[in-house]
Amino acid sequence: MKQVPQKDAPLKLNESATWIRDDVSYEVNEPDAYALEEALRQKEKHGGEVVVITAGPARAQTVLREGLAKGADRAIHLEDNGFVGLDAFNTAKAFAAAIKDEQFDLIFTGLQSDDYGYAQTGVILAQILGWPHATIIMHIDKTDAGIKVKRELEAGFFQNVDMPLPAVLTIQSGINKLRYATLIGIKQAKNKPLRKVTMDEVKSSLGDNMQKIEKLYIPQKTKKTEMLEGPPAEVAKKLVEKLKNEVRVL
Amino acid sequence: MSNVLVVVEQREGKLNRVSFETLRGAQQLAAEMGWTLEAAVLGANPADIAAEIAKTKVAKVYALSCAACEHYTPDAYAAALKQFIESKKPTLVLMPHTYQVRDFAPKLTTALNRTLISDAVGYRQDGNKLVFVRQMFQGKFAADVSFAGEAPYFATFQAGAFRGDQVETGSAPVEAVTLNVDASSIRNKPLEIFKEAKQAVDLTQAEVIVSVGRGIKEQKNIEIVQKLAEALGAEVAASRPICDSGWLPMDRQVGSSGQTVAPKLYLALGISGAIQHIVGMKGSRSIIAINKDAEAPIFEIADIGIVGNLFEIVPPLIEEIKKAKGA
Ligand SMILES: Cc1cc2nc3c(=O)[nH]c(=O)nc-3n(C[C@H](O)[C@H](O)[C@H](O)COP(=O)(O)OP(=O)(O)OC[C@H]3O[C@@H](n4cnc5c(N)ncnc54)[C@H](O)[C@@H]3O)c2cc1C
Ligand SMILES: Nc1ncnc2c1ncn2[C@@H]1O[C@H](COP(=O)(O)O)[C@@H](O)[C@H]1O
Repeated sequence: MKQVPQKDAPLKLNESATWIRDDVSYEVNEPDAYALEEALRQKEKHGGEVVVITAGPARAQTVLREGLAKGADRAIHLEDNGFVGLDAFNTAKAFAAAIKDEQFDLIFTGLQSDDYGYAQTGVILAQILGWPHATIIMHIDKTDAGIKVKRELEAGFFQNVDMPLPAVLTIQSGINKLRYATLIGIKQAKNKPLRKVTMDEVKSSLGDNMQKIEKLYIPQKTKKTEMLEGPPAEVAKKLVEKLKNEVRVL
Repeated sequence: MSNVLVVVEQREGKLNRVSFETLRGAQQLAAEMGWTLEAAVLGANPADIAAEIAKTKVAKVYALSCAACEHYTPDAYAAALKQFIESKKPTLVLMPHTYQVRDFAPKLTTALNRTLISDAVGYRQDGNKLVFVRQMFQGKFAADVSFAGEAPYFATFQAGAFRGDQVETGSAPVEAVTLNVDASSIRNKPLEIFKEAKQAVDLTQAEVIVSVGRGIKEQKNIEIVQKLAEALGAEVAASRPICDSGWLPMDRQVGSSGQTVAPKLYLALGISGAIQHIVGMKGSRSIIAINKDAEAPIFEIADIGIVGNLFEIVPPLIEEIKKAKGA
């Protein structure tokens, strides 16, 4: 589960224009919240344990506490500022190193992050682990031989896929309905185990980033949008004029 | 000599036409860099699609046939393309950023120990460096991204990044290549492709659409959007999060995973304008956006924009529409 800037947060570039300034509010990456919810539902149906993992600075612990409060059993925090700057390959390598002694049957990630938007980390992790994967998942059923998943395709189509375990699935928003953390849950979360992993512990598994952000900037506007300005009542009048005379829908 | 390879998309024997956009981008890039351009299509019977691609301006088309690739799986596609790329050694491999490519491309590049710049909207020469431009932070920023390390380099292009209808035509030789993938190495078993039960509303026929996004904040506020739609004689549509939350039924969703609409008027209320939403409505004749954030990407495609709070603007708008209609 990744911590990303809140959707509504006004973002500013840092001095070198290679990343944003850190002083914004953060939240859980949206599809990752659905991934956690799905893990909790699978556990409720089939038993087992749910572990939440994140890579990011100290502030990212909030995401793990939220996961624990909703019902995850324990957490792993790859804690370092340096994790923010990794490309998807290195992020996946760091996760693989951090979980090498674990025995998971399923790993869920979100289908993409709101900040980088690589849409790659889960698939790369599967390849590193040598596991099969499926992406953009909207339903999961346990079968005798493994699982049957429903993949979203474009334009309203879906496809069912049978696959063995262990596997990595990237979860799409809307796969389920999210729960809220309860007060008891929030209290209990404080006593649940949280393992920290330092950059030093995984460094030997990482390589140089193979892609580099040269610079970030506000995208250039290519279209001339006609902006209507003024107080609401006036803007409403202007807009209705347009609807009548230009758009011709009145 | 450097060369570019475009892998076009084939699904269940059909060419995905978004491939022409990537081909167009690759034609431009190859011409500017002085590189050769080749294309490839992978499948159990790729000959027909290869022939179609051979009518564009490329140096050669490879028809990659692979018996185990009849139905798409990431294992078969990654294994087959890895074989081909290792033997051909292209400098740069370009693909459209489709759901299928998102599914196998990161696996392929990882198996080759390479990286993929995904979902690029363009490319630029920055000095002697080739950089790819991609959106970050949900389109709030653009980034120039460069490759480090060795070729082959991989990038995918977002839908709409280039004009597929401007692809240059030509007549290219087709080379048939057979790739052997061991069927027993394929772990996923793809089953039927289907649509959910028939949709109740057909937004594709609507003349006027009022569409609502997360700016509406709460389910109970949907009502004012319905009132506005009623006044305008419009259908109500929504962005994905509204349908994910169950505030409106799924068949009201517009975008890459919902309906594609092209009304006379598309009025977007509190919608940020993520690419997955835009692809479903950019063909609308007139797009009007109301959003409180002046930097929201929706204004990039709107004809008329209003920066403001929808809760302040919609009520007087309904009144003005009623007045105009009464007159
Ligand atoms: C594979 C994939 C497929 C997807 N398919 C689709 C799809 O088919 N359709 C789709 O829509 N999305 C789809 N998405 C999701 C998409 O990426 C965006 O997350 C989504 O479109 C955002 O919806 P939104 O604009 O309503 O919400 P947000 O991005 O949260 O934007 C809300 C906007 O409301 C504005 N706002 C807030 N308050 C007010 C106010 N009071 N007055 C005016 N404005 C206000 C804000 O400034 C903001 O711009 C898909 C994503 C993926 C990864
Ligand atoms: N630093 C991180 N911490 C936790 N999860 C991550 C991190 N980076 C990526 N992920 C996971 O990988 C998914 C895809 O991210 P991305 O490949 O960046 O689009 C996200 O939805 C997360 O589930």
